Amino acid sequence: MLILRTWQLGIKSLLLHPMRSALTVLGIFIGVASVIWLLAIGEGISKEAQRQIEDLGAENIIVRSIKPPDESGANFRSIQAFGLTRAEHKLLSTTIKTVESVLPIRELPTKFAYTGNPNAKPIDGRLVGCTPEYAEVTRLEVARGHFLTDREIISKGGVCVIAANLASKLFPSEDPLNKLMYLPEKKEFYKIVGVLKHRNATAAIGGSLASQDFSLDVYIPITTMQARVGDTEVKRTGGSFSVKEFELSQCTIRVGDVDDVPRTAKLVEATLRKDDPDRQDIAVVVPFELLEQAKATRLMFMMFMGLIAAISLIVGGIGIMNIMLATVTERTREIGIRRALGGKRSDITRQFLVETISLSVVGGLTGILGGLLCPVTVEAARWLIREGAPAMYANLPEVAKVMSPEIVPISIPVAFIISVFVGVIFGLYPAMRAAQMDPIEALRHE
Amino acid sequence: MSSIPTVKSNDQTAETNGQNVLAARVRELQKHYVLKSETVRALRGVSFDVPEGDYVAIMGASGSGKSTLLNLLGCLDRPTSGSFVLGGDDVATMTDDELSQIRASRIGFVFQSYNLIAQLTVVENIEVPLYYMGQLNAESRKRCKQLAAMVGLGDRLDHRPTQLSGGQQQRVAIARSLVNDPYFMLADEATGNLDSVTTDEILALFQMLNDQGRTIIMVTHEDEVSEHAKRMIRLKDGEIQIDKRIENRKTFPPEVIKKISMGTD
Ligand SMILES: Nc1ncnc2c1ncn2[C@@H]1O[C@H](COP(=O)(O)OP(=O)(O)O)[C@@H](O)[C@H]1O
Ligand SMILES: [Mg+2]
Repeated sequence: MLILRTWQLGIKSLLLHPMRSALTVLGIFIGVASVIWLLAIGEGISKEAQRQIEDLGAENIIVRSIKPPDESGANFRSIQAFGLTRAEHKLLSTTIKTVESVLPIRELPTKFAYTGNPNAKPIDGRLVGCTPEYAEVTRLEVARGHFLTDREIISKGGVCVIAANLASKLFPSEDPLNKLMYLPEKKEFYKIVGVLKHRNATAAIGGSLASQDFSLDVYIPITTMQARVGDTEVKRTGGSFSVKEFELSQCTIRVGDVDDVPRTAKLVEATLRKDDPDRQDIAVVVPFELLEQAKATRLMFMMFMGLIAAISLIVGGIGIMNIMLATVTERTREIGIRRALGGKRSDITRQFLVETISLSVVGGLTGILGGLLCPVTVEAARWLIREGAPAMYANLPEVAKVMSPEIVPISIPVAFIISVFVGVIFGLYPAMRAAQMDPIEALRHE
Repeated sequence: MSSIPTVKSNDQTAETNGQNVLAARVRELQKHYVLKSETVRALRGVSFDVPEGDYVAIMGASGSGKSTLLNLLGCLDRPTSGSFVLGGDDVATMTDDELSQIRASRIGFVFQSYNLIAQLTVVENIEVPLYYMGQLNAESRKRCKQLAAMVGLGDRLDHRPTQLSGGQQQRVAIARSLVNDPYFMLADEATGNLDSVTTDEILALFQMLNDQGRTIIMVTHEDEVSEHAKRMIRLKDGEIQIDKRIENRKTFPPEVIKKISMGTD
């Protein structure tokens, strides 16, 4: 009854100055909402980063071939072969015990056309020489037909599997299965044995792994690639040549047990850099280690976000204190009356604390509501930008396009408790100042 | 907290113990204010008794010590020396919290500037001392309404102070001062802000309450006001200069008294 009355009274006093109280609440609202928002966005970003890394497979080690920068404008050339070799591929798959298998991959940008439609412009795409395991490791799913088979690898078959997007571009009105795909630059034909389902692009990870867009890929057996395409690429651009020679673009090393990954990665490095420790034409990417790093970064990130949010809560708290100090001065007379009528110092303290806590709790609760709106709001903002300003949207960083904020559940009670805490901490000084007033002086106050 | 405060009934004790029950007993009360350059001796040994049912006007020139004495009687301050016994307890030695307790339960304040709390309604203002005594309940609410009715504001229970005239506000303050059934009512220039008609209304109310047995101590500098009291104490330089019964006391006729509770205006 009495407690009820105290709260009732506090709220009545606050409603005496609705605008002032609302502004004070706003300070806490922003503080609490920003705690939840920042943590949700931080969580969304780091989850996205983790998802991208996990996309590569935590149990995989990826070795990429890197084309060294052209030295001395080598117009005339001694062709320098670079990158992983088939011999190294063999070495990796046979000498390291923890390695389950090694997938050889060779990628080549080229043009594709359909023989049945000679007038259509050839489409730029990517020719990928690989093995059957590639589909599993890269999570490719077959829509129709089949992916490359072991028999096709052995027989160096002239077959290919094509990505969904490329299929629909080359064959707008026909069934691509069993049609012949033509590569104008290589003057080669491949029979289409499978069409894949759509697969989302992967993001770039670190410096050495570019993002991959699978939508215009054509997969052929790696053996076929070696036999028919060879290792040397000659590109004519304008008047000049560029020649590059490499055997493999990538080896994806599958390790049986995730725990063996770091050790295996060291062995892989040692094997490949045996002759030249400073070898620049390969890069070893270990998603597992990146993942561990990302988790550590996430913690720092969260702490940083939390710090920013905490600062905004403190600013809100100072707002409360400021208002309460003004209120206490303004209500000196009332304090005097209450003391004269029998209010103890503690009654006065409690009365003002109740008011600050009311403010901060209302700010906290509305702040939580505002915080919960974060995912919806981010989604809506993204939609608005995409529809309203596509150019601006295109320039957004990749993570801003795909990230979806994820409310961190603990942030809700934490934000609420902190807001109450802020109310108490910043309300305590004004309340005690009120209580310490001499009742006689206070009564005389105009 | 469920039962209504069984406050000591002054009338009852008066009947059982005879005439000489004291509402307050003041002995050699001194109050010194120690300032940097000097010590102001605002009260220099004041002694008097206030029997229950008395109606005292404290008078004196400005600076004579009236406010200081009133603050002590109201337990808002502690004397430098001397004793002030209120209902058997010497207030001079009490802690701040104990003084607050005493103010809530034994003293009724009426101020010159009414001093109602702006955000509360008439009934809620009357309830404040009970709130600090921890004795708010449905029955006490009823009592507050009765008190409001007694001072003629039964139809304005839910009004805010700003919606009332000065005289009406002072009536609320008087009702509030009675809600804890105090040992005495302490009125500090209670009519100082009011015109002569309203002053008469308030004085009539005081007379009615005093006739019912209520002890009243009021500070005033107006002779017309003090003439309504039964006794006058005049202070001079912190000492009692005169302490006498008022002869030819002015009283209001019964029909005026009757009108009080009929509602104002
Ligand atoms: N808080 C105080 N500090 C110092 N001196 C005071 C204080 N209160 C009152 N006095 C002094 O005490 C004397 C009595 O004052 P007061 O009781 O207010 O007289 P009155 O109410 O009769 O005008 C005056 O000289 C006044 O200056
Ligand atoms: Mg004075």
